Amino acid sequence: MTNILNAILVIILVLNLFTLGTSRILTVIRIVAIQGFLLGFLPLLAHNHFSLASILIVLTTMILKAFVIPSMMSQALRDAQIKREFEPLIGILPSIILGALATVFALLFTSHIPLAQEHTGTLIVPSSIATILIGFIIVTTRFKALSQVIGYLILENGIFIFGLLLMGAMPMIVEMGVLLDLFVAIFVSCIIISKINKSFSSMDTRILSSLKE
Amino acid sequence: MAYLQILFPLLMAGIAALIKSNKWRPLLLPVAAIPHMGMTLYALVTPKMAYTGEWLQLDPPGKLILLVVSILFLFCSLYAVPYLMHRKERPNRLFIVCMIAFLSTMSLVTWAQHLGLIWVAIEATTLITAPLIYFNHTQFSIEATWKYLLIGSVGIAMALLGTFFMAYASLHAGLDVTLNYATILKNAPHLSKIWLHLAFILLLVGYGTKMGLAPMHTWKPDAYGESPGIVGAIFAGGITSCAFLALLRIYHICCAANEGAYVSKLLLVVGFLSMATAALFMIRQRDLKRMLAYSSIEHMGILVIGLGIGVPALFGTLLHVITNCLTKGVLFLSVGNIHRAYGSKNIDHVQGALRLLPLSGSMFLLGFFAITGSPPFGPFISEFAILNGAFSAQKYLIGSGYLALLLLVFIGMGATVLSAVQGKTPASVTEKKIFRDGLITGAPILGLMALVLLLGVYIPAPLRDLLNDAVRFLGGQ
Repeated sequence: MTNILNAILVIILVLNLFTLGTSRILTVIRIVAIQGFLLGFLPLLAHNHFSLASILIVLTTMILKAFVIPSMMSQALRDAQIKREFEPLIGILPSIILGALATVFALLFTSHIPLAQEHTGTLIVPSSIATILIGFIIVTTRFKALSQVIGYLILENGIFIFGLLLMGAMPMIVEMGVLLDLFVAIFVSCIIISKINKSFSSMDTRILSSLKE
Repeated sequence: MAYLQILFPLLMAGIAALIKSNKWRPLLLPVAAIPHMGMTLYALVTPKMAYTGEWLQLDPPGKLILLVVSILFLFCSLYAVPYLMHRKERPNRLFIVCMIAFLSTMSLVTWAQHLGLIWVAIEATTLITAPLIYFNHTQFSIEATWKYLLIGSVGIAMALLGTFFMAYASLHAGLDVTLNYATILKNAPHLSKIWLHLAFILLLVGYGTKMGLAPMHTWKPDAYGESPGIVGAIFAGGITSCAFLALLRIYHICCAANEGAYVSKLLLVVGFLSMATAALFMIRQRDLKRMLAYSSIEHMGILVIGLGIGVPALFGTLLHVITNCLTKGVLFLSVGNIHRAYGSKNIDHVQGALRLLPLSGSMFLLGFFAITGSPPFGPFISEFAILNGAFSAQKYLIGSGYLALLLLVFIGMGATVLSAVQGKTPASVTEKKIFRDGLITGAPILGLMALVLLLGVYIPAPLRDLLNDAVRFLGGQ
């Protein structure tokens, strides 16, 4: 099981780099949807146990991260009638390199903090940290409001991966609460994005700079 | 009781969503707030009611925050009715639904005894309050909402990671993996140190973002500046207090794990940074609401410094949560009236508020004296108690630095406030007569001010007992 788990985690890491490597926002949304779909499998692989509660959480995660949220975002994208992320703060190639460096950093970092015995063989911790960092990179270097929300989603995915280590600590009601909060966060963001789009005729967050000292 | 306090406001929010009349809907706010206040008092005096199972119970700090935020909300809801009637041109359905739902999520924060549940509740308060900032539907308010949402969500995501790290600290130490507050407290001395340290940093960043501690404060002046005064009051008094409660619980765990020294250093750094940033930006601040936002950042800094000093300052810190919350209510509500009367919140236009609005203007001025720690108001007692704590813990440098920053804030804030309330009212404003002081918009402010004054003169015995309970609970004596 650990091998399959690690293989999926590697795919997730590669998908991270893909999100950095494309400027077509619709493609990024699709990549994140695939990532969300794969994430859904992980709790089953990490624990080998199929209680009703865990299957319910797996299904909710998948539906939410692979279908509901991506379709909300592509709807927002259609309404805004934009296709690409023009002129990000750092270009496509440098941001891929930055993402790769973040991944390496995550691996190094993990080798320096003590892990519990049963977790040393898996890639859970490094891939979680790498995904979080890449989420951060997207939030900070992309200027389209929707891209920033995608960055936030990737960041949440990273945290979700870390949560795999802790099945049991989070009771089902809390897990569901976390997912509900994520859903509402993206939902509210998409509404605000459409408002931004309506009143500024653009989704570029650089125009949101009239409030300052 | 917990379920009732959480579900009753939700029900009222649902009713608010169904009511069609824009004119009568605001009345639901006090209709939700008054029974909620009653439930709070009932839960506080009957020990049996403060327990609804392992996850939902009121411990002494939870009681304090629940009490003070309920009081603030009650006064705000009374103020909201005339306010929303005055602003009948704006649809208020979403606003009222979110306001009442906030009461529910706030209650959940104070009742929750599970770190995961606390996180869910805090995140829910973030989301439920975002539409409140957007009430005015201007371009500025969209910008402020967006910044709040993005910075708040990313920050609070860090808190989730920190919560996971906290659970991993037990797992790594071979303990039961749980996020149950009481169990973690019991196991605290055995937690894995390095994971606990990492968890604390992330949680400080996460909940610190919600409190508005520097350098995670950037959303705050925008959000407070662009939203109605009443929303500012709910944010500066309510949400910050809830986030502080979450931080307090984490602090408690770290102290129980004998990591007090490590935690205290970080808290002091962040606290002083917040106070200094606030003091700096308050100098020559021309926008009254932004000035109050910086004042809120300053007071969050004071709270964190109080925690950093440790047990000697704990009583003062907890008292300061209360006094800050109530005084912020006075300030934001009165500045809301001033804003409406002048149609501006900039001191280029706002002059002579004492003459134009004798009630709101004088309350604003008194609120300023109170929040900067002048006697005989409540914040004086709590700020002085923190200072006293610093000196009795022999942290003279911290005490004097704190005092110097307080003085700086007094000067900076004073210049802005005085120029707003003194002088001659511009003729253009006097002629328009958009809004005049009335007893219905003034009474809630007067009520809050009376409480602030009361706390400065005399702390009622039940409150003193509650504060002492909380100090004992957190100080582990």
